[in-house]
Amino acid sequence: MIAIFVFYLFATLVVLSGFMTIFARNPVHNVLWLILAFFNAAGLFLLLGAEFLAFLLVIVYVGAVAVLFLFVVMMLNIDFAELRAGISRYWAIGGVLAVVLLFETLAALLAWNEGGIQIAGRAPTPANVPNIEALGAILYTRYLFIFEAAGIVLLVAMVGAIVLTSRRRGGLRPQNVSKQNRRRPEEATVNMKPGVGQGVEL
Amino acid sequence: MTEWFQSTWLGEGFGWFLATLILILLIALPLMLAVAMIIYADRKIWAAMALRKGPNVVGPFGLLQSFADGLKVFLKETIVPASANRGLFLIAPIITFTVALLAWAVVPFGPGAVLADINVGLLYLLAVSSLGVYGIIIAGWASNSKYPFYSALRAAAQMVSYEVSIGFVLIPVILWAGSFNLSHIIAAQQGHILGVFNGFGLNPLLFPLAVIFLISSMAETARAPFDLTEAESELVAGYQTEYSSMSFALFWLGEYGNVLLMCGMNAVLFWGGWLPPVDWDPLYWFFFGPVATGFFWFFAKIFLFFFIFSWVKATVPRFRYDQLMRLGWKIFLPISLIWVFLVSGYLMLTRYDGQPVAPASEAPAISTVSIAQ
Repeated sequence: MIAIFVFYLFATLVVLSGFMTIFARNPVHNVLWLILAFFNAAGLFLLLGAEFLAFLLVIVYVGAVAVLFLFVVMMLNIDFAELRAGISRYWAIGGVLAVVLLFETLAALLAWNEGGIQIAGRAPTPANVPNIEALGAILYTRYLFIFEAAGIVLLVAMVGAIVLTSRRRGGLRPQNVSKQNRRRPEEATVNMKPGVGQGVEL
Repeated sequence: MTEWFQSTWLGEGFGWFLATLILILLIALPLMLAVAMIIYADRKIWAAMALRKGPNVVGPFGLLQSFADGLKVFLKETIVPASANRGLFLIAPIITFTVALLAWAVVPFGPGAVLADINVGLLYLLAVSSLGVYGIIIAGWASNSKYPFYSALRAAAQMVSYEVSIGFVLIPVILWAGSFNLSHIIAAQQGHILGVFNGFGLNPLLFPLAVIFLISSMAETARAPFDLTEAESELVAGYQTEYSSMSFALFWLGEYGNVLLMCGMNAVLFWGGWLPPVDWDPLYWFFFGPVATGFFWFFAKIFLFFFIFSWVKATVPRFRYDQLMRLGWKIFLPISLIWVFLVSGYLMLTRYDGQPVAPASEAPAISTVSIAQ
């Protein structure tokens, strides 16, 4: 009973915030609606018994990716009138995409006839085995190579991003932290006793 | 208790709902009281270290100071700046405060005394603590003012950076305990050191991680010396600049709620949670039975860590922003990564003998004196 109620709550909110992600005028609002959509999708995962995926979604997407996304959107001064000016050029592709999505939605609606929603017990994990263990057992045995290859792809992307951005520019005087830490009061200050009317020579 | 409610005319669903609601209030209301008292304690400790008296006027020893402040703040007018984004401006403190309360759902207070004994408790904590940054970012942006905005950007970068090192610090603990469940993590620490002392923190392999976690938790809660989000000499009051009245108080409550949570996390992950420091039987029940003794030890440890937090706040000067980032990315991240390798290698050699890993569902059973059920 509660599960059904919560399912419809999360599902409605996902759809609603998805709509608002598209239709909200302010780009920051768009991102915040997107975050709400992520969050409610995590709730749906939780209902399906995929608690690990649910929390991973929140930690990775809501906690890290969307924060950086929001960061960028807040910094940029996006002019949406300018972006909308391009609508006449893209309407054909957009229309095709919309039709495809419409058919997909219809297919999903037809699949409804296959039966009602059984919320609990859908996750294909053996009973009494936590999600994480089931997932780990399969990731580190059957999908080991794919898993590690994905890791290497990410590593390459990371190294690439660092190589592209970390150029050596001239004229910089970066701080030498260990030198700063080695500095002691004796070398930082000098006690002088200048005579009256005389300056100090350093 | 949940079963009792379910057995009455309320039925299974509604009985569970009502019982959980009562348990939530049983955690949240004392927590707010604790926040009020811990603010008082913070000010007293800080004052003592600065050779001042601290709050000493309202009530005996100034004990009611926090309540007087709360009342004062409550009676003020809520001002929404004209150019602020009204909806988000008001939602931001609510998010901060709610998220600070949410995390306590999985914290085990004593043997069996936990609201939600879920097997991904630690992931839940990570998820909730990663949400905390939204309150600050939204507040900074919605205020439509320079300094709050700078503060929000700082907060976003700082919290995301330190979450990385916290995540890597947690992995060795999880590996050692063999579970994400906080109760199991505590149970795994019983007699961890030579069968005498409880707590992962005394383990020489895990002690450096305990230190990193303590420092990272200060950075994660934007507590001094990492309170760059509200550095008053640079940013007025940071993201709180435009806030007044209860919306300001909610930030304040949420911030200290988070600090208490992080103190609790230090206790749970590295210093045995509600276990006594020494694995000696009388220490488990001497204080009005086992559950109350669990509460006693857990609160004592929280207070000890809060004292350390206050001590650091009173004595360590604020970091510069580049120093903060350097500490997070160039020092903590590599060390914690190396430690993940060290600990997993050590466990592989000693525990599994090169054999496939046994399922951790055989995690040690915890003594079950349950008040949550």
